[in-house]
Amino acid sequence: MSDFIALWPGAASAYSREVDLLIGAFTVLIVALSAPVFILIVVFATKYRRGKPANRRHALDRNVWMEVSWTLAPFLLLIGFYVWSTHLFAGLYHPPAEALEIDVVAKQWMWKFRHPEGQGEINELHVPAGEPVRLVMASQDVVHSLFVPALRLKQDVVPGRYTSMWFTADTTGTYRLACAEFCGADHSVMGGSVVVMEPADYARWLEETGTDRSLAAEGAVLFRQRGCSGCHEQASTVHAPDLAGLYMRPVPLEGGGTVIADAQYLRDSILLPQAQIAAGYPPIMPTFANVLDEEEVLKLVAYIKSLKGGKERQ
Amino acid sequence: MTPEERPERENLADTGLSETPAERVSYLRAGHTLKSWLLTTDHKRIAILYLISITFFFFVGGVAAGLVRLDLLTPAGDLLSNEGYNRAFTLHGVIMVWFFLIPSIPNTFGNFLVPLMIGARDLAFPRLNLLSWYIFMLAGLFTLAVLILGGVDTGWTFYTPLSSMFAHGQVVLAATAVFIAGFSSILTGLNVIVTVHKLRCPGMTWGRLPLFVWSIYATSLILVLATPVLSITLALIAAERLFGLGVFDPALGGDPLLYQHLFWFYSHPAVYIMVLPALGVVSELVAAAARKPIFGYAFVAGSSMAIAILGFFVWGHHMFVSGQSMYASAVFSFLSIAVAIPSGIKVYNWTATLYKGHISLDPPFLFAMAFIGLFVVGGLTGLILAMLAVDVHVHDTYFVVAHFHYIMVGGAVSAFFGALHFWWPKMFGRNYSLVWGRLSALLIFLGFNLTFFPQFLLGYLGMPRRYHVYPPEFQVLHVLSSAGAGILGLAYLMPFAYLLYALRYGPPAGDNPWGVTGLEWQTRSPPPKHNFETVPVVDGPPYDYHVEMEGHGDG
Repeated sequence: MSDFIALWPGAASAYSREVDLLIGAFTVLIVALSAPVFILIVVFATKYRRGKPANRRHALDRNVWMEVSWTLAPFLLLIGFYVWSTHLFAGLYHPPAEALEIDVVAKQWMWKFRHPEGQGEINELHVPAGEPVRLVMASQDVVHSLFVPALRLKQDVVPGRYTSMWFTADTTGTYRLACAEFCGADHSVMGGSVVVMEPADYARWLEETGTDRSLAAEGAVLFRQRGCSGCHEQASTVHAPDLAGLYMRPVPLEGGGTVIADAQYLRDSILLPQAQIAAGYPPIMPTFANVLDEEEVLKLVAYIKSLKGGKERQ
Repeated sequence: MTPEERPERENLADTGLSETPAERVSYLRAGHTLKSWLLTTDHKRIAILYLISITFFFFVGGVAAGLVRLDLLTPAGDLLSNEGYNRAFTLHGVIMVWFFLIPSIPNTFGNFLVPLMIGARDLAFPRLNLLSWYIFMLAGLFTLAVLILGGVDTGWTFYTPLSSMFAHGQVVLAATAVFIAGFSSILTGLNVIVTVHKLRCPGMTWGRLPLFVWSIYATSLILVLATPVLSITLALIAAERLFGLGVFDPALGGDPLLYQHLFWFYSHPAVYIMVLPALGVVSELVAAAARKPIFGYAFVAGSSMAIAILGFFVWGHHMFVSGQSMYASAVFSFLSIAVAIPSGIKVYNWTATLYKGHISLDPPFLFAMAFIGLFVVGGLTGLILAMLAVDVHVHDTYFVVAHFHYIMVGGAVSAFFGALHFWWPKMFGRNYSLVWGRLSALLIFLGFNLTFFPQFLLGYLGMPRRYHVYPPEFQVLHVLSSAGAGILGLAYLMPFAYLLYALRYGPPAGDNPWGVTGLEWQTRSPPPKHNFETVPVVDGPPYDYHVEMEGHGDG
């Protein structure tokens, strides 16, 4: 591609090349649908120009079959593309179970990334090529949107809920990353880069970056510092739910219904504890909304996830 | 069609409707004082009041757009600060959407033409009509107050919690302005609906209504049904910002996606508020250009109603990457594709109308052709955006910016200028220079494409919208776009020169300068105060042009 003018974005995953194929094929279709209109308007305007002699006999003013056919034929073609595109889109909602999970916290105006072993980085995201990566994203303030054009992916990061996005990058290189949802004064500089590395290089990078503790271990410290352990330890005298093995287990709720204890539920239970109360427990937990920020909550969630059923907590 | 609902015939027969001879000559002569304009209940004068007001806002919004485009000449955005840039594009959006596009065709040409086209003396509620204008102007004053007090920096979409808890600008004042403008929309919509139901002249059945009236009617339904939702939503933003009422901010227990649902439940139909009247104008212009009955009248009229109804069920396509459910997205994607059906009908039927016509290339018709071209590009790129997997990539990029400008500026504004050039001789009784008219149609078309086509490329390359600072590799396309904006800006100014010149020096137009059908062309130019001296009676289909048949059946 010339340096003077960019006309097509680079692609860094099999998915992004599929999207390119889809839009290429779709462009062919819409050109085919619209070309007759453009050509005929010019032809008619020339041929039937006012005052110009031409055969104007038997001009129709309606023909229902013609109208129905030029309505339905394009629509059926569109349905085919609808199925194709919706199929691609649905794949975005089914991340592989073994995907490498990286936490993302967006705030005005920066991106913070935390790798599972605790390595943190700002506005730069290192990922291994050829391995599925899943980003679990939270916002500290307003709605942001993580956009990586080379992956043809974008996902809003919404305060109050976790959103996620997954991809398998296959081409090493450095790609642009941007905030796509208007988020205030410095929206346009809330960007950075995604660095796709060979898995061995990624492992080396993780090692060089280093960290004292994994995310879960930092969560364990917080668990004690913020007093969670006072009630949720097995030895505690307060009647509070046991957290061991809780992650992804169904939780019966007071007043009926159950909910799967996913990351969103764990987060809400810490920040909005009165919203969904586990059956059989008194609603005595205070909110930690003013105590913890989203990064700390993600650490606690990582810690709770790490607690395996029945085992000693440490 | 019961005669007793009509004005009393015996009063009309003696032409006693006009109180003075001046009124009988022209609505423009019926009073020359400022008071006779500011307290008028004549729908034609109110239309002129709207025309002047929205032209003013078009310039204010245009200056903001000019600032934005000028600033984007360099990747670093050297003209404005980040904050200043955000305020410029927010102002551009708020003013252009609520103070130009939404009132543009419905409140000027709708006001002027609907009573004339259906053979009525005025709208059903003339004083309510004047009140709508005053409400609109009050809203306009609030907007100017926002501008003077430093502007607002949320984007025209007012997304929460940015708008309710974080933004520093005049959010509450801006929301109040839009809230007030909403009442003007609702009252105008109501007025048109009642007028079309109750005031059609004898013989003007639903199947004989001009297509412009059909589309203004469909638009009015949307105005009445969708606008209240926006009003309530904006009131909730103000309540959250002023009193900390937790509706949208998660820190207060609210849900930001709820805001997006409510906002787009109004704002997607609002797109059709802007474009349906344009479609109606173009149907009139195409039939007039070809001097032929419109091809498939029933399908074209029905498609306006179909677009109005379907338009209420596609709002979720603005939220494909917002975190809404995958299944909701799949349904909204499908429904959005379905909107292509009625839109496609219109375009194909216009093309078929031109077949074997007597096509004139006078300015109004060039604007109509420009509209069709730009609307087709805008509509088909809308289909691209409706495709989920593609939207994930181009959502919130310049691709979207280009798409909706093709619809709302390329489409709606071209139709607005088309209408202005078509009905100007009727409104003011003077002809303007056709040469200058053709030239400005051409320049608007070229300038528009140069401005916005590069933005499709920018969007697919991954240039997010609302970016003050951008990567240097996008500069060439941005410079092209800004150059186009310069041409477009000048081209938009041209009509004001020769149309205003024609107002004083143009030759008299005559009652029917284009030689077309329609009740509005059967009265004088400019029309008398009460439109018609006798109640017209319609006894034939609309667009009843002579068609060469040669003993053939009715086709």
